[in-house]
Amino acid sequence: MESAELIIQQLINGISLGSIYALIALGYTMVYGIIQLINFAHGDVMMVGAYLGWFCTTRLNLPFLPALIISMALTAILGMIIERIAYKPLRNATRLAALITAIGMSFFLEYGGILVVGPQKRTFPDVFPQTVYEFGNVTFKYGDIVIILITIMLMLLLQFVIKYTRVGKAMRAVSFDKEAANLMGINVDNTISATFAIGSALAAAAGVLLGVYFNQIDPLMGIMPGLKAFVAAVLGGIGLIPGAMLGGYAMGLIEAFVSGLGFSTWRDAVAFLILIIVLIVKPSGLLGKNIREKV
Amino acid sequence: MSNMEKYRNQLINRKNIIVLFLLLAVYGVVQGLFNIGVLGNFYMMTLILVCIYIILAVSQNLITGFTGQLAIGHAGFMAIGAYMSAFVTMKLEGHLVAGLIFGALMAALAGIMVGIPTLRLRGDYLAIATLGLGEIVRIFFLNFNYMGGATGFQVSKTINWTWAFWLMVLSVVVITNFINSSHGRACISVRENEIAAEAMGINTTKYKVLAFTIGAMFAGLAGGIYANYMYFIQPGTFSFLKSFEILVMVVLGGLGSITGSILGAGIMTIGSALLADYPEMRMVIIAVLLILIMVFRPNGIMGNKEFKLNFLDLKKKGEENGTT
Amino acid sequence: MALLKTENLSKSFSGLKAVSNLDLEINEGELIGLIGPNGAGKTTVFNLLTGVYAPTEGSIYFQGKKINGLPPYKICQRGIGRTFQNIRLFGDLTVLDNVRIAYHQHVTYNTITGILRLPQYFKGEREMKNKALNFLKIFDLDDKAGELAKNLPYGQQRRLEIARALATKPSLLLLDEPAAGMNPQETHNLMELIRWIREEFKLTILLIEHDMSLVMGVCERIYVLDYGMVIAHGTPEEIKQNPRVIEAYLGEGLSDAGTE
Repeated sequence: MESAELIIQQLINGISLGSIYALIALGYTMVYGIIQLINFAHGDVMMVGAYLGWFCTTRLNLPFLPALIISMALTAILGMIIERIAYKPLRNATRLAALITAIGMSFFLEYGGILVVGPQKRTFPDVFPQTVYEFGNVTFKYGDIVIILITIMLMLLLQFVIKYTRVGKAMRAVSFDKEAANLMGINVDNTISATFAIGSALAAAAGVLLGVYFNQIDPLMGIMPGLKAFVAAVLGGIGLIPGAMLGGYAMGLIEAFVSGLGFSTWRDAVAFLILIIVLIVKPSGLLGKNIREKV
Repeated sequence: MSNMEKYRNQLINRKNIIVLFLLLAVYGVVQGLFNIGVLGNFYMMTLILVCIYIILAVSQNLITGFTGQLAIGHAGFMAIGAYMSAFVTMKLEGHLVAGLIFGALMAALAGIMVGIPTLRLRGDYLAIATLGLGEIVRIFFLNFNYMGGATGFQVSKTINWTWAFWLMVLSVVVITNFINSSHGRACISVRENEIAAEAMGINTTKYKVLAFTIGAMFAGLAGGIYANYMYFIQPGTFSFLKSFEILVMVVLGGLGSITGSILGAGIMTIGSALLADYPEMRMVIIAVLLILIMVFRPNGIMGNKEFKLNFLDLKKKGEENGTT
Repeated sequence: MALLKTENLSKSFSGLKAVSNLDLEINEGELIGLIGPNGAGKTTVFNLLTGVYAPTEGSIYFQGKKINGLPPYKICQRGIGRTFQNIRLFGDLTVLDNVRIAYHQHVTYNTITGILRLPQYFKGEREMKNKALNFLKIFDLDDKAGELAKNLPYGQQRRLEIARALATKPSLLLLDEPAAGMNPQETHNLMELIRWIREEFKLTILLIEHDMSLVMGVCERIYVLDYGMVIAHGTPEEIKQNPRVIEAYLGEGLSDAGTE
C-alpha cells in the first residue's frame, strides 16, 4: 500500500470513529457548560442507548432508523431521570460531591446493566449492507458512510436547536448565567433537564453507531469510549460545542494514525499525552478562552 | 536538662501512649486470632487490603482534601510502586525493604515530574490531566514486556500482617505530622484561598508539588505492599477505576479528615469483601450507597473534622501542642 | 529614596487599558490614599504592585529594586503585605492558623523536622503560636483564636485580614477598602487602628478607600485615579478643591461616594 493511500485509509477510519467520539463528547460538553459537572456516567448512558438499539433491531425486528430514534428517545428520558434523582439535589453542594455522584451513577449503570442483561458480549446485527467500496487499496465500508452522515446530520440538527429554538436559547442563557436567566423568566430546571435529554439522545445515537462499528456490545462498553470522549471534549475546550466536535474528530484521527503506524497498544497513551500537552500549553483547550479569576 | 525533659513530655504524653496501646491491641488481637485459626486467610487478606487502602486514601486526602488539588491519578503511582518494588524483589532478588523504598521513591520521582507541569492546571483540568497520566502509566506497563506486559508478573509473597499494619501506621503518622506542621498549614492555605496564600508569602506551586510528591510516594509504598502480598500484578489492576475507588473512599470519609479516610477505606474494603460472592450486586449496592451518601451528606461521614480521643484527655486542653 | 516607585506603569486587558502611565512615589513612613470612582483601576494597581498581574508596560521599584515580574509570594517576602477588597481569609481555618500561615515564611524548622517531630519542631511551633497569639491580642482577637475565620462577624474578619497581612512583617502595607461595609463607629475605630499600627510597626501604608471621611482624615497625600490615570495628586486639602476630582466624582455624586 502506498503511503498516500495509507493516509487516506486512516483518515476514513479516524473520521468515522471520531464521529462517534464527537457525538458522545457533545453530551459531556453541554452538561459541563450548563452545570459544570463532569458527568462520568455519560459513557454508560451511551451503553444503555446501544442496548436499546440492539433490543429494537434483534427482538422487535425494527429497521435501523426507527430503532435509532426509539433508542434516542428512551435514552433522553433516562438522562432526565438521572439528572433529577442524582444530580439535582447536589446542585448547591461542592462540585466534588457531584463528581462522586456521577461516578456512583456510572457504576450503577454498568453493574446494574450486568445484572439485567448479563455480562456477556452481544453481537450487534448487520443493520447495513456489507458493501465495501474500493478505490485502489482504500476501502470504504457502507457503515462508515452512514456513521459519518448521521453524525453530520445530528450535529446540524443540534446547531439548529441551539441557535434558533426557544429551548436552545434558554440553554445558552442558563449556561451563561443561571441567576440572570432565572430572573428573565427562564425555567432553569427544565432547561437543565432538556440539556440532559439532548445530550443523552446524542449519546444513544453514538452507542448504536458504536455497536454497528464494532459489531458487538457489552455492559462495560461505555467506559473507555466515554473517557476518550471526555478527553475529546476537554481537548477542544470543555463547554464549547464546536470544541467537542473538533476534539472528537481529533481523537478519532489520533487513534487511527497511531494504530496505522503499528502502535495500536499505545494509541490511548498518545491521545492522553496530546491532551496533557494541549492543557499545559493552553489550559482551556484548543478553542477555549482563558478566563482569569477576579481578584 | 529541662529542655530534654520538656521534649520527652511532648512526645510521650497521655494521648500518644493511649494511641500506641490501642494500635498494639489491634495488631495483637488480629495476629492472635490468625495464629489460632479463627481468622481465615480470606479475612486476613481483607484486613491487609484495608491497610493498603488506608495508605492510598490518606495520601490521596493529603493531595485533594488538604491541599485542594483534584488529582485522579493515584492508581498510576500505585502501579509504579508495585512494579518497581517487584523489580527489586524479583528481578534483582533484593530485600523487601529495599523494594518498598525503591518503589516509593520512584513513585515520588514520578510525582515531582508530573506535578511540576500539571499542578498549575485548576480543578477539572487537573483532574483529567492526572487521570490521563495514570492511564499512560498503565499503558506503559501493558507494553512493558520485561515484566510480563499484559499477562502480568509474578511476585513472591513476603508481606504479612505485621508489615502491612505497621507500614500503614507509619504512613498515617507521617502524613498527619506533616499536616500539623507549618509546611502542612501552608498546603492547607492553598486549598483555602490560593491567591491569599500567595499574598501571604506562600510559594503555592512549591507546596502543591510537595503535597503531590508525598502523596505519590505513599501511593507507591501502597503499591509495593500490594505487589509483594498478592503474588501477582497486572496493569489492568491499576486503571483509572482504581483511582476513582480511592477518591470515593476519601470523599466518603470526608475531605480533609484523616480519620475519615481511614473510616472510608475500612468501610469500602470490608463492605466489598462481605459482598464478594455477588460481584455485580456489590457494585450496584456500592453505587447506590455512594449516591445516597452524597445526596444526603455531601461532605462525607466526618466532614473535615477529626475523630479525637478527647474524652481520654483528662488534662487541661492547653497541652494540645499545636494539633488544632 | 522612595520606598515604592512606579514608572510609566500600565496594564491592559485584551486591549482595554485598566491602568495607564501611572507614576507613584511613596516615601518611607508615609500614609497615602488612592481614591477614584468605581472601575477607576485602583484594585488593578494593587494587583500590579503585588505581582498578581504582570504589567503590560513600565516598572515597579521597591526599596530601589525592580520587582515587576516577581511572583506574588516573593513580593510578599520582599516586604509588601496586602488585604483584599473582597475578604480572602482562610475561612475553614482558625483565626490562629490564619496568622500562623502568614508567619510561615519565617518558619524555623524544615519539612523533615516537622514530620519527625524533632525538638526544633516543638520549639518552632511554640514560638510561632505565642507570637501569633500576642499579635491577635493587639487586634483584640485573642479570645477568638480557636474560632473558624468564616464564623467571625464581618468587622472582625476585616481586622483579621489586616492582622494577617501585618504578620508577614511588611514594610509597606496595602489596604484595599478596609472600611467597606463598616458603620461610622467601626470606621472611626479602624482609622485609629490604622494610625496606631503605622506608629507601632513603623509602616508605610497605601490605602484604597471609598469612604472620603476616612481618606481625608488619615492620609497625608492622596492620588486620585480615573480611567486608569492619575488625575490629581496632593494633600487632602488640595484634593478637596481640585475641580477635576469633583468632576470625576460628579457621576456618582461626592456625597454617596462613601456608601459603597
